[in-house]
Amino acid sequence: MDIEFNDHELAFRDEARAFFENTYPQDILERARAGTGPTKDDMVRSQKALFDKGWAGINWPKEYGGTGWSASEKYLFENEMARADVPPIVPFGLGMVGPIIYSFGNDEQKKRFLPDILATNVWWCQGFSESGAGSDLASLRTKAVRDGDDYIVNGTKTWTTLAQHADWIFCLVRTDADVKAQEGISFILIDMASPGITVNPIITIDGGDEINEVNFEDVRVPADHLIGEEGKGWTYAKKLLTHERTGIAAVARSKRQLEKLKKITASEPNGGGATLMEDDDFRRRMSEVEIELMALEFTDLRTLAAVSTGGAPGPESSILKIKGTEIQQSVTELFVEAAGYYAMPYMPDRNEPGTNEFGVGPEFAIHAGPRYFNMRKTSIYGGSNEIQKNIIAKAVLGL
Amino acid sequence: MDFSFSEEQELLRDSVVRFVRENYTFDKRHALALRDDGFSRDNWKMFADLGWLALPFAEDDGGLDGAAADTMIIMEELGKGLVLEPFLATVVLAGGVLRRAASPAQREAVLPGVIGGETQLAVAYVEAQGRYNLADVTTTAKADGDGYIIDGHKGVVLNGPAADTLIVSARTSGDQRDSSGITLFLVDATAEGVTRRDYPTQDGGRASDIDFSGVKVSSEAVIGDVGGGLQVLEDSIDETIVAIGAEAVGAMTALHSATVEYAGTRVQFGVPIGKFQVLQHRMVEMFMECEQSKSMLYRAAMTMDNGSVETARTVSALKVQIGKSGRFVGQQAVQIHGGMGMTDELNVGHYFKRLTMINSLFGNIDHHMRRFAALDTAA
Repeated sequence: MDIEFNDHELAFRDEARAFFENTYPQDILERARAGTGPTKDDMVRSQKALFDKGWAGINWPKEYGGTGWSASEKYLFENEMARADVPPIVPFGLGMVGPIIYSFGNDEQKKRFLPDILATNVWWCQGFSESGAGSDLASLRTKAVRDGDDYIVNGTKTWTTLAQHADWIFCLVRTDADVKAQEGISFILIDMASPGITVNPIITIDGGDEINEVNFEDVRVPADHLIGEEGKGWTYAKKLLTHERTGIAAVARSKRQLEKLKKITASEPNGGGATLMEDDDFRRRMSEVEIELMALEFTDLRTLAAVSTGGAPGPESSILKIKGTEIQQSVTELFVEAAGYYAMPYMPDRNEPGTNEFGVGPEFAIHAGPRYFNMRKTSIYGGSNEIQKNIIAKAVLGL
Repeated sequence: MDFSFSEEQELLRDSVVRFVRENYTFDKRHALALRDDGFSRDNWKMFADLGWLALPFAEDDGGLDGAAADTMIIMEELGKGLVLEPFLATVVLAGGVLRRAASPAQREAVLPGVIGGETQLAVAYVEAQGRYNLADVTTTAKADGDGYIIDGHKGVVLNGPAADTLIVSARTSGDQRDSSGITLFLVDATAEGVTRRDYPTQDGGRASDIDFSGVKVSSEAVIGDVGGGLQVLEDSIDETIVAIGAEAVGAMTALHSATVEYAGTRVQFGVPIGKFQVLQHRMVEMFMECEQSKSMLYRAAMTMDNGSVETARTVSALKVQIGKSGRFVGQQAVQIHGGMGMTDELNVGHYFKRLTMINSLFGNIDHHMRRFAALDTAA
């Protein structure tokens, strides 16, 4: 039992901090802090900056250009990223399809796809969910039928985050309708420029347009875009979903948000001549969330440590997903509470910092409502929290 | 003991139900919320023709002398339809202030227009530094000859963009948080020195931040007693909380029904998801929250007319109840609807947003929990 960082690790932390304070594009951070970013360009440039530093493949093995970092280094890095308000890494390429390709792809696929993923030269999105296949993902119906050297894909994927920017999509498709649902699913990579693909935005309750419906109509996909074996897609995806679950905990981000909330409440008036920070009720609720987060940080570290000594995260990672999303949601809710009446104005156009010249409430309040509404998605996506509890019940408790 | 409604009240409910059914389909509401003005003047005219705008006012003022329960019935049904017309701002809140404190001359000048549907009102009482404390007022009204000059800034004025006449709280004496020395004024929305910044709200409504810069009003603009505005404002807001409580109950009821219906038709793992016990229990909990809120609403509406400390305490209890229940019902309705609950194209998210904003209005859970405890006469 030792949580002290050694000199090497502390030096790494200082290096990361200095990098984000100096080398990293500062305009991206300014937009992130003002709540006006990140733009698509910001996300790409951010990841390219990490790549140039050799820090893009955080979880990747060294042989594929990854960092080969220890659990402590990953932890420190996540914290420094959050501390500097660096936009989160878009997970679909670096966090999801990359690991799938280096784990299950053939040599040619590795050579073809991994360098561009690592360097963020291509934008990936994820084609798993369908309108009829959400929690019951294995019931998916998008079909891929073999035709010579190609598959012909038909169907509709939905809730596809940032598909509007995507060059490629990785999909779960049904290649065999006559076997058990899970066994008829394959994992395939599709070029978004292929004829027959249309992307339609879905507007969310916060007014955002980051999710989409992606429609495939007789889309020809070369058969060598299939990952691994036909019918093994479900197995691969399950491994990927465990990865997704750990990323979803967002401990460092929640810590940063809580820090910001404290800073805001230290000057936000409570209506009684004191600040919200001095308001016992509000402070107690912030403390409750902070205590949950302190525990989760160590649950996260325990998982990280277990992973670094071998193997993928186990079903315990579902705890991270459930608790992590609940905390993210609680923090955004506290921002709404802190805003009081000023949670009400809806001003999506106020994109530039300093345009609040009329003084419609405090700056943070404008984003409080939409973020709270948007964060409700976190207990739904990546396998809903109900599904995560089923996983724990079955795989951990043996019920 | 009788929890039933009168025949007139059932007819009133039927007429609101019919209005919502015919005029508040999802598409119609969506289109209205996106319009610049955010509501329909034609609908408002219909409210006038149906007598709803006259309901709470005295017969002498051209009203129908309705009871608190009548407003409750209207608001509950408007809540089910997520209705955008500013009934709450104009009739309940501003109307409440006028009913309580306006002079006969003021009532004669303003109320016929309100009842006839031509006049819109708004109460400008929120100040950023004051949060939910109605007594924390820095806007000043300085005596000037026969009248006053008003200076200050008011935030989140519900129905501000449409209002023809504003009711403004301003300090005529005392220090920033003194309970005495606050006076209410009738101010023409187009008066010189009044500058508005209008915006939509998260729930599809409209509000404004308003600057008052050297705004001149005559002494006839004073509503009620000089320096005695706080009690009028507090009582009017208590009445408004009962109305918004009814709206919340309506929204929760509609949300719960929609969720139960969805769970009965959405098939995953070969069965409707409503067959899963974990979701059944969740929906039972939502149901219980709706029922508890409705009980608290009735309780508050029934004590409303007696004006005691117990009234204020029950109103705060209601606000706490709908704050908590609204949050739970709203969040779980979105959760059980899954991705669909996150979309703008389903009513679910819109009810959730309205319930969230209802908690932010007129004092949140913490605020009313404290008020409830402070008003405990046994303490």
